[in-house]
Amino acid sequence: MSEATLHAERATSVRLERALVALGITALVAAPFVIYPIFVMKMLCFALFACAFNLLLGYTGLLSFGHAAFFGGAAYFCAYAVKAWGWPPEAGILLGTAGAAGMGLVMGFLAIRRQGIYFAMITLALAQMFYFFCVQAPFTEGEDGIQGVPRGHLFGVVDLNAPMTMYFFVLAIFLIGVFAVWRIVNSPFGMILRSIRENENRAISLGYSVGRYKLAAFVMSAALAGLAGATKAIVFQFATLTDVTWQMSGEVILMTLLGGIGTMVGPVVGAGLVVGLENTLATSGFPVTIATGLIFMVCVLIFRRGIVGEIYARWLGLKG
Amino acid sequence: MTMIFGIPVQALLGQLLVGLINGSFYAMLSLGLAVIFGLLRIINFAHGALYMLGAFIGYLLLVHMGIGYWPALVLVPLIVGLFGMLVERLALSRLYRLDPLYGLLFTFGLALVIEGVFRYYYGVSGNPYAVPTLLAGGTNLGFMFLPNYRGWVVVASLIVCIGTWLLIEKTRLGSYLRAATENPQLVQAFGVNVPLLLTLTYGLGAALAGLAGILAAPVYQVSPLMGSDLIIVVFAVVVVGGMGSILGAIVTGYMLGLAEGLTKVFYPEASNLVVFVIMAIVLLLRPAGLFGRDA
Repeated sequence: MSEATLHAERATSVRLERALVALGITALVAAPFVIYPIFVMKMLCFALFACAFNLLLGYTGLLSFGHAAFFGGAAYFCAYAVKAWGWPPEAGILLGTAGAAGMGLVMGFLAIRRQGIYFAMITLALAQMFYFFCVQAPFTEGEDGIQGVPRGHLFGVVDLNAPMTMYFFVLAIFLIGVFAVWRIVNSPFGMILRSIRENENRAISLGYSVGRYKLAAFVMSAALAGLAGATKAIVFQFATLTDVTWQMSGEVILMTLLGGIGTMVGPVVGAGLVVGLENTLATSGFPVTIATGLIFMVCVLIFRRGIVGEIYARWLGLKG
Repeated sequence: MTMIFGIPVQALLGQLLVGLINGSFYAMLSLGLAVIFGLLRIINFAHGALYMLGAFIGYLLLVHMGIGYWPALVLVPLIVGLFGMLVERLALSRLYRLDPLYGLLFTFGLALVIEGVFRYYYGVSGNPYAVPTLLAGGTNLGFMFLPNYRGWVVVASLIVCIGTWLLIEKTRLGSYLRAATENPQLVQAFGVNVPLLLTLTYGLGAALAGLAGILAAPVYQVSPLMGSDLIIVVFAVVVVGGMGSILGAIVTGYMLGLAEGLTKVFYPEASNLVVFVIMAIVLLLRPAGLFGRDA
């Protein structure tokens, strides 16, 4: 492919993404007036979680099977700080994010010592270890979880108990988080991450300390997943064991896979679909795990590019 | 009563036995994972689900058809093995040329479906499976009381592990298998039907999981969730042992089971965590795993 067509493709891709983003933001601003705001907030939290996860899988090529530890861990930290210490919500969310980053540093340090399939198994095992820790640690309040977390006042002034105020606060966090992912991916640092994804040995031979870049990407991804989890704790006013289970780690993989690994918009679309599907199934009596399992199998067998990746490839002739 | 480190010997041996039983299942499951991974380069996330499937098929055979434990010990691995071969033929065989992560994701989805189906029909509560009459009761060993069935599980798992090891290391079929692990194209060029070998291998791995399941049925309750929590511990076992060697997988399985049992005696709160902690330490000191060759 010549330089010119590559350029043209990139331009179409950028234009398309800008149009989609503008459309998306408009839709998100309008959404709470049409749809139940709590539901949209749930979607936004999971969408940010999936974007954070995609930073690692899609742009660095690392499959973490333990991201629930950061999502759910941050929810616990935030809920505990807000409820037990009376911290304001923004401080709680920051603490959750920082806590998740710290956990990411430890887990990432261990996991990057192995590659590929082992990396996935190590992250899964470490996250399961954190799950068992949460089951036993007194501060998580065991099976009940931390209930009745006050939403409080943002910066001591804005009352988050009003649904619309809460909604726009969550939307702002979501946009900041996704923008952060976008900036990281499109920075020189992000280019190095992609080069590691494409050919790790080549990146090593070019002189990059691949381990350090992987660890940095892991910590950033963990921190952003934590941001999503902590925000979710404020929205729903609780933090429970559900968010640290391996099923949750699987769910975020599904969202990313279904939407399109390595695309900016894909994880958001995937998260919206999975959360929507779960909401629908919750009332129908059909077990959610069977549905998610089937979608997983179908995606892996015939739909590996995901929805957004498929749109890019089929209708625009672009490679996701 | 005799004491060691302030712990009654009886309690210590009792927990060690529990550890040995758990270790037997870790060993059988990580062995199956290692066999499958060796040839197919797929980490079989569905291994825990196949184990649960084995226990459930044994249970259903008993409840609906009156087929007892001993025939089930043969029938269950056959059924689960055939199911595995079907899965390999229909789906996994399409994934070999892709990144191995897709195999993990596919089998993860498969595990969710199998588990979801049994949860839907049988709920999450456990169903008891009676110990076969031949092995009911226990034996007084003088220093401790050994329930016969538990002794049988340890013996049976040793037989299974050693048998599989012999099959792979000492038979003609095993030599094809090892050769295909090293270089599938070359083995194919020599006229060995490698795709069939792959199907059989996955079937063997699945059958091992099913056999572990029916062995486990009288020890633990038969429940749809019995496999999913176990499989993650087995993953940690596999990371510790490294998947390069069959023997390594077996030895690590028993060792970690015993380590877990010991922890239950001295510091029960950490017994769920100990395998993962050992994994972390091994990763720090010897990233390739205790018996691993690859980096």
